[in-house]
Amino acid sequence: MSILVDKNTRVLTQGITGATGQLHTRACKEYGTKMVGGVVPGKGGTDFEGIPIFDTVEQARKSTGCNATVIYVPPAFAADAMLEAAAAGIELIICITEGVPILDMIKVKAYLAGTKSRLIGPNCPGIITPGECKIGIMPGYIHKPGDVGVVSRSGTLTYEAVYQLTQLGIGQTTCIGIGGDPIVGTTHIDALKLFNEDPKTHAVIMIGEIGGTAEEEAAEYIKQYFKKPVVAFIAGQTAPKGRRMGHAGAIISGGRGTAADKIAALKAAGITVAMSPADLGSTMKSVLEGKR
Amino acid sequence: MNIHEYQAKQILARFGAAVPKGRFATTPDEAAAAFTALGQPKAVVKAQIHAGGRGKAGGVKLLTTASDVRDFAAKLLGKPLVTHQTGPEGRMVRRVYVEEASDVARELYLGMLVDRKAGAISVIASTEGGMDIEEVAAKTPEKILTEAINPLVGMAGYQARKIAFALGLKDKQVGQFATILGSLYRAFNETDASLIEINPLVVTADGRVICLDAKMSFDDNGLFRHPDIRELRDPNEEDPAETEAAKFDLSYVHLDGNIGCMVNGAGLAMATMDIVKLYGAEPANFLDVGGGANTEKVAAAFHLLLADKRVKGVLINIFGGIMRCDVLAQGVVEAARQVKLNVPLVVRMEGTNVVEGKKILADSGIKAVTASDMADAARRIVKEIGA
Repeated sequence: MSILVDKNTRVLTQGITGATGQLHTRACKEYGTKMVGGVVPGKGGTDFEGIPIFDTVEQARKSTGCNATVIYVPPAFAADAMLEAAAAGIELIICITEGVPILDMIKVKAYLAGTKSRLIGPNCPGIITPGECKIGIMPGYIHKPGDVGVVSRSGTLTYEAVYQLTQLGIGQTTCIGIGGDPIVGTTHIDALKLFNEDPKTHAVIMIGEIGGTAEEEAAEYIKQYFKKPVVAFIAGQTAPKGRRMGHAGAIISGGRGTAADKIAALKAAGITVAMSPADLGSTMKSVLEGKR
Repeated sequence: MNIHEYQAKQILARFGAAVPKGRFATTPDEAAAAFTALGQPKAVVKAQIHAGGRGKAGGVKLLTTASDVRDFAAKLLGKPLVTHQTGPEGRMVRRVYVEEASDVARELYLGMLVDRKAGAISVIASTEGGMDIEEVAAKTPEKILTEAINPLVGMAGYQARKIAFALGLKDKQVGQFATILGSLYRAFNETDASLIEINPLVVTADGRVICLDAKMSFDDNGLFRHPDIRELRDPNEEDPAETEAAKFDLSYVHLDGNIGCMVNGAGLAMATMDIVKLYGAEPANFLDVGGGANTEKVAAAFHLLLADKRVKGVLINIFGGIMRCDVLAQGVVEAARQVKLNVPLVVRMEGTNVVEGKKILADSGIKAVTASDMADAARRIVKEIGA
């Protein structure tokens, strides 16, 4: 088992003919993901390396029966792409695009709340169920099927965590990059709820960073409802106040969103916090061994 | 991106918010002329810098003659103003704003920001105007009112009235406040703002509600659709190294330590800073070269790190995903050949094409220490600089 995506997931690429769209559609297909179609307005009827291209998501949905879509279109068009996917009834929308205006995301998120679609991202690496389905830009080979779930606001730091796990022989059920923007479709709590219900997931690594209060809210949720061990890491312990650290959402503002606050909240909820990013894998290993 | 008070007031006035009349000046003579042109018995002269606390720091003064305005402007212009937000070095004053004086009866606080938790724009209001709002929030949270605005509906009339009554406004002031709030909300949406702060919003002795101060910040990701707002950028208010980094699409933040860090990805870059600190040293910067970095970009990043004279050692931490380790290695080799590398360099690479990348570094003849993992990298760079 896994969450959200598996070997039966049928994936569409919005923006399949752009450089990024081409590169990653190819890589995901090679990984074994069922890449069933692409959407590029005006290029309907053509194909990308045998993958049919459609003018609209609605047409693609009808023809291919896709139930997930990945968006690589430029920031100015990303919100429209997300809305189009939701309007076409696509169950899972993954937006990789970095730099989407925040007011666009506020509207998209409000619109999606009234639909059956789930959004992951934007500004995220995507989602992978190792050995079955990879949607996004993460390097596939560092992953290994197993029973640890991973949820993270970061891209490369997630790869780091996954790599450490795999090196120690610990595989993953599903790894979700939820994105580094202030407003994202799927939050830490949303992902944790899914992992909670997944019998195959035995433990979870949660990677957060400075900015906002998503980790504090997740800590409260874990304390009350989460049935499995969680190992957490918060990036930005040395970040100064009031400065944006690369990610649009990684900023300590009004004295809120510090790593210290988040770590304190996580510890108070009984969560094991790795203080060094080099100890993510080994901390999970000892937690799993302690459990057995 | 931040802008000056007078620019924010010009934008808000364009959207129909009540602001005092004023003119900006860059010389003492211009300031005196602005006073005369206003034609009022009194005016306030305000230093224009991107930092709060100007009043307490002596950057704001109520004056009654053109010659006093000239003298005060001469005192401010061309000199740094130190406030509690600027740091000890202060900020150079290059412009002043000359504004008609208001007879203040009450000072309120009105803010509008992106509320991450609500997934909406929220209004923040308080009766405690003219104070540090973070302090008010910390000490008397019950005096802060927050109202989220549904993005699909927009600002509803009842919300404006609810806040107005909570602020103790009455009669015509309620309508005036609702107009200001509506103007602010439209300005926020139509300029891709990330923050509007009116501190204080005042009720004058004759019962008018006006924006006495104004601060606006914008979402950098939304600036592509606002060329007019982009032009308001004041490079004098920004760190030159960060401006240079932005030219190469590098994300860079200057810090106080002595270990230069180059990393791909914001989360990993923060984590790298953290592990440097865990091993007893301080990072000199945050630097994310991004996912799709090419050789030129890596070389530019390397130049940037070495331009900081406090940097005693460089730590490169790359987890190759989209970014290939061989591309990184090539960039480092090129940059190290251009600039004379006279500080220790530790490189940790993992991921796509790591074997090729390590070979390029080894064959280049550059003195670089290769680390096996993040902890090893941090340990080695700290040891190399002898911290």
